[in-house]
Parts: sequence; C-alpha cells; structure tokens
Amino acid sequence: MKHIFTFKKSVLKESAKNGGCGECQTSCQSACKTSCTVANQKCENRSK
Amino acid sequence: MLYEEWRSPLNASLHFITTHVYVRSFYNEIIFRCVGCAIGRKLIQKDEKMIHKYKLNGYNVVLDVNSGAIHVVDDLASEILDLIEDEHIAEEPSTNIVQRLVRRYSQDKVEETWLELYKLYKAEELFSKDHYEEMASKLGESPIKAMCLNVAHDCNLRCEYCFASKGDFGAGRELMSLEIAKAAIDFLVKFSAERHNLEVDFFGGEPLMNFDVVKSTVNYAKSLEQAYGKHFRFTITTNGLLLTDDTINFINENMDNVVLSLDGRKQVNDGLRVTAKGTGSYDAIVPKYQELVKRRKKLGKDYYVRGTFTRRNLDFTKDVLHMNRLGFDQISIEPVVADENLDYSIGEDDLDRIFKEYEILQKEIISQRKKGNYFNFFHFMLDLDQGPCAIKRLKGCGCGNEYISVTPNGDIFPCHQFVGKPDWKMGNVTENEFDESIKAYFSRANIYTKADCRNCWAKFYCSGGCNANNLQYAGDILKANKISCDLERKRLECAIALKIAEANFNLN
Repeated sequence: MKHIFTFKKSVLKESAKNGGCGECQTSCQSACKTSCTVANQKCENRSK
Repeated sequence: MLYEEWRSPLNASLHFITTHVYVRSFYNEIIFRCVGCAIGRKLIQKDEKMIHKYKLNGYNVVLDVNSGAIHVVDDLASEILDLIEDEHIAEEPSTNIVQRLVRRYSQDKVEETWLELYKLYKAEELFSKDHYEEMASKLGESPIKAMCLNVAHDCNLRCEYCFASKGDFGAGRELMSLEIAKAAIDFLVKFSAERHNLEVDFFGGEPLMNFDVVKSTVNYAKSLEQAYGKHFRFTITTNGLLLTDDTINFINENMDNVVLSLDGRKQVNDGLRVTAKGTGSYDAIVPKYQELVKRRKKLGKDYYVRGTFTRRNLDFTKDVLHMNRLGFDQISIEPVVADENLDYSIGEDDLDRIFKEYEILQKEIISQRKKGNYFNFFHFMLDLDQGPCAIKRLKGCGCGNEYISVTPNGDIFPCHQFVGKPDWKMGNVTENEFDESIKAYFSRANIYTKADCRNCWAKFYCSGGCNANNLQYAGDILKANKISCDLERKRLECAIALKIAEANFNLN
C-alpha cells in the first residue's frame, strides 16, 4: 500500500478464541495501585 | 519497503488532532463523526464500529478499535477518513468525497487511497465489527487469584496524599498477626479453584514494619504449593525506610516484583513524602533503593520505582529522568488520587498541561533510547502483538471478583482502595466465607456495563479503568471518572506513538 502502513495487524478477535484462562497477572499487582492499565500485561495462556 | 521510506511523504507537523469515526454496522452506514468524542459517545448504537484517529509526532495514527489493528496513514487517507460521514463503505468513493479533494489531490490518488481503505475494511482491519459484547454478557464470577495483603496498617511516613489515611486507613494503627496472614493464604488457596498462579502483594501502610510476618507468610504459602498445585508470586510495595541488607536479600530472593515508592526529585519527593517529624525521606531511601536494584538486576527480576505526581510537579518528566539518572530503569509515576479540594489535587484545568507533559515524556524516551539509554515507563508499556486476551480486556483489574484486599484483622475488601469503607466489607478470612453479593456485583463490571466505556476507543486497553477511582470521583464503580479517563487515553496515544517511533528507529 502506498498511503497506509499497517503497523499492527488485527489481534483481538483471534486472542478471544483461547482466551480467558485467568492465569495472567492482576494489573494492580504490578506497579499501579491507583489507576488501571491492562494492555501491558503479559498473556500466560499455556494452552496456546 | 522500510517504514521510514514509506513515511517520508507524510507531513511531519506536530500538532495533535483527535477524531473518532463511528459506523453503524448493519447498513455499513457511517452515522456520526466528531472532533473530540464527547458528543459522539451519546449517539452510539449497540453494534457500531469504531476507529480512533489522532496525530502525534507527525504520524496520522488510526486505531481500529474492535480488531486492535493500528495503521499509520498519509494525509490524504487521513482527510478521506475525516470526510467519511454519511457515505457507504463502497468499493469506490462517492462523488461528493472526490469533489471535495480533487482541488488538492488528483482523482487517481483519491481513488487509489480509497481502495486501500476499502481493502482494510473488507479485511476487518478498519471499521471492524464489535465481536465482544456477547462475550462480556457471559462473564461471571471468577475464582479469587490475587490478594493484596495489608500486613501493616501503620506507616513510618506521613505522605500528604496517602489514600490510606497516612497508613492506618482511618481505623487505627494495627499489624497483621501471622495467624491472620496464614488464614488469608488458606482463604486464597480455597477460593482460587483451578487457578494455578496466585498472587500476593504485601502492602500497607508499610509492610516492612511487619517483616517477620511477611517472611513467615511467604514460607507458609510456599509450603502449600505442591500439595495444592499452586504457584505463588509475591510482590511487596515499600517506602524503603526500613530496608536493610537482610530485607533486601529476602525481597530479591522471594519477591517476583518489588515496588519502591519515590516521587522523583528530592524537593518533589520531600514536599509530600515526609516522616512523622515532617522531614523528607529522599536521602534515607534513595541509597537503599539503589543497592536493592543493583543486586536485583543481577537476578533479572522485576521491580518498579513508583512515584506519584500532583499539581505541584506537572513537569514530572523531570522526575522520571531524575529517577533514571539515579540508576533506575523501570519507572512508574501516576497522577495523585486525592480530595479534589486539596491544593495539590489534579483538576480538569490541569489536563492540557499534563497532556503536553506526557508528549514531552514520550519524546524524551524516544530521544534517550536513540542514545542507547533504555528505560521503561510503566504507563507507556503496551504489548500490541498479543498482550492480554480479549476476555481479560473486557473485565480489567478484577477487583472484588478475582482480586481482594485483606486487612490486619482479616477483613476482606474488593481492593486496597476500598479498605476502610464499611459498606464494601465482604467478610473476614477467619470465617472462610464472605458476601457473595458484592463479588457478584463486581463480576458484572466490564466495559459493556460501564456506559462511558462501551463507546470509548480505549476500552480494550484500560479495560474499564479503576473501579475505586470511579467510586471516589463519580460515586459509582460503573461511572467513569473523566479526568482518569482523559489521562489514560492520552497515555495510550503516547504509548502507541512511542511504539511506532521504536519501529521507525529500530529501537526494539
């Protein structure tokens, strides 16, 4: 493409297929404690 | 094609534009476009599609909200997206759009660009459908997997902004007994069902004031791992005053993460982080943090030096850089959560200044990384390749549902920020049961049950924000706090722009 650079492809829909195992870190256990950012958490789904 | 080669024709102006475009999926008809988003949010229907477009560092960034795809587009594509207002997403642009652009672009270019946008649309990477609301409706109660263990409702600092009422959460100074701590671990194991990874954060007050209990609790939890098929991860959040060789060694050996509180420059830190005598804490804690981090880096374990910024230091980039110069490369600094009437609280009037500061910070990080100095800012961390799954992104922190806080007397609250609020007490770990109705209430909190979240472009990144912040400022865990949300959105824009810059300069 000449006018558009796709920096990141679609990831969300695919991630839902095997998602929800619940083994990942709780966001407030990292460094925030007074706000919430979830998208920086690591996925730990061992079934993928 | 190299990214820089592709990008070169782009206009590198630095002004910042935010545009949302919403599309109603059934008719593929765009129903509303706005600069900003306040009005658009009100008009959104159930199954709309959404993009978020903004300009930062000279890049026109387009986030396709529902797919997570991120595009960088040239000015013509950006203008077309601005003009898509009442047109169908057809294979060819409407006469109206062509006529509005042909004075500055050739018709061939317009049609060529439109076709590229159309291909993305067909590939479900632009104006893609929302697949997640039905998933959210099926979310229920989860096993409890994470616990904030308030081992000390006492503190040797009297930080002005402390949400824990300077250490005791307003309920008197108290240390947790080992008996209660063990009961809390037993409670966590019992209610964690099939979850393997369990998290315990030693918190306070100041947890080092009760460090013998911390050590014994770690040993007790580890003793249960094999029998119950669990793996404990420990974190400790400390103000550092009581760190010694021995405590540093224990923390580095046993804690998967350690959060070290420091607000940055000496005058900033000592302005609010003071001892009971009113003296500053900077000189006492910084050498200890440096020693802890020096040893910890050899182990490759996580840590954060974490600060709070207030209205008094809206130039907090200087504090981040100061902490980096002290030798710390994992840094977090967050806006203060405090009574709106206090002089250091952050208000809506401060937002433009803070937005500018986040831009300054991300530019400084780019600049430092180009020089080979890599340091990490927690709120600009973003895993765009995978990160948490969509399910996790629907429900966020999980407080009150899969995450709880336990006080020194064993009382259970939805999270550390709810401690001391009697209406939110869920039970006590010694009773081995608790108020399921509160857990059920929190389990329903997700980005589709929060009216302000469902139409927000950032919903898959903050996942509904901080419920405690919502309660503090908006009076309801399901009502978004505008300031928190505005800041979160700005951080995300900067985080994505930083990622793009990293790709551009091959800094990863």
